[in-house]
Amino acid sequence: MSLTPEDVKKIAHLARLNVSEKDLAFYTPQLSNILDFVAHMNEIDTTNVEPMAHPLDLPQRMRPDTISEANQRDLFQSIAPDVKVGLYLVPKVIEEA
Amino acid sequence: MEWETVIGLEIHAQLLTKSKIFSGAPTQFGAEPNTQACAIDLGMPGVLPVLNKEVVLMALKFGLGVHAEVNRKSVFARKNYFYPDLPKGYQISQYELPVIGKGYLDVTLEDGSEKRINITRAHLEEDAGKSLHEDFMDLSGIDLNRAGTPLLEIVSEPDMRSAKEAVAYLKTVHALVRYLDICDGNMQEGSFRCDANVSVRPKGEKKLGTRTELKNINSFRYVERAINYEIERQIAVIEGGGKITQETRLYNPDKHETRPMRSKEEANDYRYFPDPDLLPVIVTDEMLKTAQNSMPELPYQKRERFMSQYGLSTYDANILISSRDLAAYFETVVKETEGQEKIAANWIIGDLLGALNRNDLDITACPITPAQLAKLVRRISDNTISGKIAKTVFEGMWDEKMDVDEIIEKKGLKQVTDSGAIESLIDKVMTANEDKVQEYRSGKDKLFGFFVGLLMKESQGKLNPQQLNESLKKKLQG
Amino acid sequence: MLKTIAELSQDLQNKKISSVELTQFYLKRINEMNKDLNCYITVTEEVALAAAKVADEKRAAGKVGPLTGIPIAQKDIFCTQGIKTTCGSHMLENFVAPYDATVVKNFYNAGTVLLGKTNMDEFAMGSSNENSYFGTVKNPWDKERVPGGSSGGSAAAVAAFLAPGATGTDTGGSIRQPAALCGITGIKPTYGRVSRYGMVAFASSLDQGGPFAHTAEDAALLLNAMAGFDEHDSTSVDMPVPDYTATLNDSLKGLRIGLPKEYFENLNSDIAQKLQDAMREYEKLGVQFKEISLPMMQLSIPAYYVIAPAECSSNLARYDGVRYGYRCKDPQNLEDLYKRTRSEGFGDEVKRRIMIGTYALSTGYYDAYYLKAQKIRRLIRDDFAKAFKEVDVIMSPTAPSTAFKFGEKTSDPISMYLSDIYTISVNLAGLPGISLPAGFNSHLPIGMQLIGNYFEEARLLNVAHAYQKATDWHTRKPEGI
Repeated sequence: MSLTPEDVKKIAHLARLNVSEKDLAFYTPQLSNILDFVAHMNEIDTTNVEPMAHPLDLPQRMRPDTISEANQRDLFQSIAPDVKVGLYLVPKVIEEA
Repeated sequence: MEWETVIGLEIHAQLLTKSKIFSGAPTQFGAEPNTQACAIDLGMPGVLPVLNKEVVLMALKFGLGVHAEVNRKSVFARKNYFYPDLPKGYQISQYELPVIGKGYLDVTLEDGSEKRINITRAHLEEDAGKSLHEDFMDLSGIDLNRAGTPLLEIVSEPDMRSAKEAVAYLKTVHALVRYLDICDGNMQEGSFRCDANVSVRPKGEKKLGTRTELKNINSFRYVERAINYEIERQIAVIEGGGKITQETRLYNPDKHETRPMRSKEEANDYRYFPDPDLLPVIVTDEMLKTAQNSMPELPYQKRERFMSQYGLSTYDANILISSRDLAAYFETVVKETEGQEKIAANWIIGDLLGALNRNDLDITACPITPAQLAKLVRRISDNTISGKIAKTVFEGMWDEKMDVDEIIEKKGLKQVTDSGAIESLIDKVMTANEDKVQEYRSGKDKLFGFFVGLLMKESQGKLNPQQLNESLKKKLQG
Repeated sequence: MLKTIAELSQDLQNKKISSVELTQFYLKRINEMNKDLNCYITVTEEVALAAAKVADEKRAAGKVGPLTGIPIAQKDIFCTQGIKTTCGSHMLENFVAPYDATVVKNFYNAGTVLLGKTNMDEFAMGSSNENSYFGTVKNPWDKERVPGGSSGGSAAAVAAFLAPGATGTDTGGSIRQPAALCGITGIKPTYGRVSRYGMVAFASSLDQGGPFAHTAEDAALLLNAMAGFDEHDSTSVDMPVPDYTATLNDSLKGLRIGLPKEYFENLNSDIAQKLQDAMREYEKLGVQFKEISLPMMQLSIPAYYVIAPAECSSNLARYDGVRYGYRCKDPQNLEDLYKRTRSEGFGDEVKRRIMIGTYALSTGYYDAYYLKAQKIRRLIRDDFAKAFKEVDVIMSPTAPSTAFKFGEKTSDPISMYLSDIYTISVNLAGLPGISLPAGFNSHLPIGMQLIGNYFEEARLLNVAHAYQKATDWHTRKPEGI
């Protein structure tokens, strides 16, 4: 199961990672090898096996609907890269094409 | 070529819990930016979600309200994509196993007929934050107060065939969630949002056409206009030989058009998988019972009861049940005006709602109390005032919030019922208009109205109409 | 003061030393040796001395527990309020956590003294601590070799007596493998036993926090503080925490230990020998050994290297330069902000795993990769369930080799992944596992692993303690320490 550089570019974009041409040459064979390696999983038939998402066979616990968090904006924003008037600043988000 | 429209709606209703779905931060609207975003809402490293029980109960109530299957086991899944208002880089939602399965709502259309709209599913998820674009040049400001607010996403089957049907369904769902007290339905504030999936196909064709998704429609009126615009646009494209691109389009209410939205990512591969930080949600018998016990009388049940109990028409009943508060108002009035339900209904549907709409007020902000309106209705039925004069009294109640009797007293609006007084006034008018009396007696029946008009003018409308008619007729005939 | 926690606790109680003195001693050692070994990313001198002072005051007032005044180190993956929490990454290089992890809170409540935050493979991804933005960590037993990973800093710190005890996290072996390579004891509890709140997530369904120490007794003392239900963690199990020290000395007579035959095939002969010797010791204590089979062993690595990257690709999506952490300079637009921040902030191994994980979850591949791996996971769990019907504990090597040299496995990611062969299944099944010293190959430590059934940490510690009463591998010190 070999990945092409095109595949790696698509994956990198989905994951919001830059891949230069050099990176592509570096990552593509490595990722291909890893995927070949994990393909060993196909050696076994798992047709009637239930996937196991969790070691715990328990139901989700539910908490009561109470307010338990105080406003800590100053603390949280003291470590933010770019904040103004209490808002996190990012390059403009364009909605319309 | 005859075209058929196929519409499905996705509604996001913000649930009315005090705290968020996965954290204990408050959900109140309108707080200062980022003052209601705790570490969990901000997606800080190491934080984990814990489920709010009330959210599940509210979803169950909705399920009961739409006769839906309840999935006793449902699973939260991560919907992965990058956007600044999505702090974790994924939204916790439900994908393969939603908490509410198939259901339906019977919707009353404009012409009074009923149509069953099927609901595919309803699932729980967390809301994202907000991006603010003004004020910042080429930057956007992100407010994460809303991040983590619980949402119930309600997905309909593509059962609607016109914008009007879509609006009717939307209004029905809107009323239901408000009835259930699970959502305040405030479209302007964004607590009740609607996306429309629209496609067209030649009439008779079974296959669905390519659909577009319309977003940013935040009022019932815009829903109708946006869908109609899109239908026309799609037909024009196809008739012009083009193809419909499957895309998301934003509705611009000022320009009255839809335009393609810049895609959040090229091909939205959300890579859904069950959230490993959360375990499967198991709905117990106890939870179902709690939900069932807290169900109010539903809109369609109330409508049937209003019709049978108060003898109202379907039309009138539908208007009165459109909001739980309005229905409650009506029933309070009716308690004190036994036998006069129809008159009460007319006053509420006509004058009261008219005044409320003109002043952009909800029934909960109505300056006239139910007790006062009931009194007004009683004063009409006990002949203290005529129906016409009552309108003047109503204005006084609305503008000055005065008591009914006070206004009648103050403005001297009491109806004249004394036959002697009526007769002497009739005599006076007849004497002053001898020629017209002769004309009437010689056959000009239409002049009856002339006399009525004069008498009403003379008495400032205070004569009891029935008595006036009777006495006038008698006297005119000689 | 190069003693165990149990011994130091006694000394503090008998007023032989004060906590301040003890803390100063360790801080001085760190100051002298950390430049070389690079175990610590952050040393919290002021915080430590302040806490030591408070501990001494509490002792004077008679309000103490067994861990009061004991200095410990925290793996830099646990959020510590007001103190940098880097996860070994450039992405969080200057991230000062705004809250404490539950584990951190638990240790503060137990009266411990925080010496500092230890070095680790970036975001817990690695088996040698060679993936840290803050440089490699030297194995105190041989400075040209790795300490193991991802909790390399904590393991090396304990081995070099730069902390009497430390915390680590284990997703595929990251406590047990470094414990083996560094000649100390480390335990990964049952999934759900220790709260994950504040423990920066790598693979949510596999991560567990646990202690490193010189002895099983010390590990028991530390686990007493770490374990427990936490309402902030939905995957935390509401079960009472036993006193793990209470049953340390229980007799092993009649205990059945299973030897999975697949784990002993192609095993390095020195390691095999040491395990044989260990079996002799256990037999003297009345243990019965039985051969068992865990046939899914080979598929555990492929399954893990789908599940863990998949979960991590999602868990690490939050690192985007918006609310905290590294942000690239002068982002031109939103896409640039994300891509450059993440590409500059993350190291290669992290990026590799994010990409593998993204691929495994993507449309068209989800069934073949992620779902398939989850099915294999169930089969692995079933293997263990079957085995535990016949035996009480399972014994195996911890790692396929002793500490390898720097750079030996970095050119081929898969060869690095294979070093987790004995530990990974345990995480996939969610079972508890402990590694303890079982001998040496020349000067390099060899570890043995004991795997228990769900929530049987007490039994594991008991079985480990029994071995440590009969042997002295765990008392050896690296040369020059």
